[in-house]
Amino acid sequence: MGGSAIVDLWEGLRHAFWLVVTFDAALAEIALRSLRVTLSALVIACLIALPLAAMLAVRRFRWRRATIAMLNALMGLPPVVVGLIVYIFLSRSGPLGALGLLFTPTAMIIAQVIIIVPLIASIAHQSLRELWAEYHDLLISMNVTQMQKMRTLLWDARRALLTAALAGFGRGIGEVGAIMIVGGNIDNATRVLTTAIALETGKGQFALALALGFILIALALGVNLMIHWIGQTERDSRW
Amino acid sequence: MVTELFPLTLKGAETSRRGKRLVGPVDLSLDGQGLCVVMGPNGSGKTTLLRLMHGTARLTGGSVTWACDTDVARHHQAFVFQRPVVLRRTVEENLTYPLRLRGTSRKVAQVAARDWAERVGLGPHLTRRAMVLSGGEQQKLAIARALITEPALVFLDEPTASLDGRAMREIEAILLRAKADGTRLILSTHDMGQARRIADEVVFILGGTVQETGPAAAFFDGPKTPQARAFLNGDIVE
Repeated sequence: MGGSAIVDLWEGLRHAFWLVVTFDAALAEIALRSLRVTLSALVIACLIALPLAAMLAVRRFRWRRATIAMLNALMGLPPVVVGLIVYIFLSRSGPLGALGLLFTPTAMIIAQVIIIVPLIASIAHQSLRELWAEYHDLLISMNVTQMQKMRTLLWDARRALLTAALAGFGRGIGEVGAIMIVGGNIDNATRVLTTAIALETGKGQFALALALGFILIALALGVNLMIHWIGQTERDSRW
Repeated sequence: MVTELFPLTLKGAETSRRGKRLVGPVDLSLDGQGLCVVMGPNGSGKTTLLRLMHGTARLTGGSVTWACDTDVARHHQAFVFQRPVVLRRTVEENLTYPLRLRGTSRKVAQVAARDWAERVGLGPHLTRRAMVLSGGEQQKLAIARALITEPALVFLDEPTASLDGRAMREIEAILLRAKADGTRLILSTHDMGQARRIADEVVFILGGTVQETGPAAAFFDGPKTPQARAFLNGDIVE
């Protein structure tokens, strides 16, 4: 049994190597779609989550604590449930059915945005709250506007926010439940690495599933390293 | 254009938190000349009084009025804290920050930043991250950042409290230059030596209330209240 598993792993690695070396067209398409869907979702989620986190850090309003608690709770949102809700909204009889988005990459992006916004906002809020405690007196004494406060915090905490974004990327790229429901895992249309892995596992093609898994890990690591490199983290000083 | 902020008048000004009065009631009038030192032992209410004047502590009674509109007055003030607050940016970016907030172009702000960095001895550190500077350098940066917008008034809350003699001397020299350039300074300290060196006017505060005010020479030569006399004698006053 143990020997068989090692053989499967080894076979998976070998298969992954050949798929990459021979530049398998189907694999490239699936991998690129995975990246396109998750990076699109990440950009949209960051545009929502980061200003929200900054607002929660600097503004005091009635439902602030409840909003923070809600965001923290939503970090553990079950993706399958998100997928189901998005499915209901986008299905033909649903309120947004007329848009015809079900079983498209756009539907997958919507589901991923819903899943990763609370995660990014919560992690970002933690960093921004600490920075706000540090800057509070200075910015108040400088009489800066709320918008200037938020922009200052977002800019000065940008490296910590990168971590929040990477956490969102990690959650998105590895997500399978929601995008399986709203995307349908349609070949040449909505199939991504995670849904392909689920499909191949179901078919008993463990070596191919493992190969796709290794490629997914490599992709996630590659994007992480590239973002760290672009963001110039861990250089010069502690931030 | 010089905006006339003074006289600054406090009438029965007080601030309380959770029912406890921290400072006040304070009746005080300050004119626009020289360097005013707010003196008193630790916990006497110096910082809160400065914040009350600056408008960052909530006024729970009385009034604080300027010769001009309060918002205009706030625009022409700056505040330097006991523990220097530096932005997580380079020295140059820290200096350009208040100018950029006011809409100054990047180029003009950078020229001013270089000029001020030279003036306070941070010229060689312009591109360094502010967080890696020493405490004294960070405080000089905070003072330069406060002065770069050419405010009419700067509040300084014990700016040399945790610094060594050399850094203290350098900072006092910067402040005296700013005073000579026409900036009004209101500084809090519990360091009598420093007050003697730089003060033109003294406000002595104890237990949240102002005990005595007047020209520095008169205060140090002949304090009117027993509390001020005891403080100047080095006795423990509470």
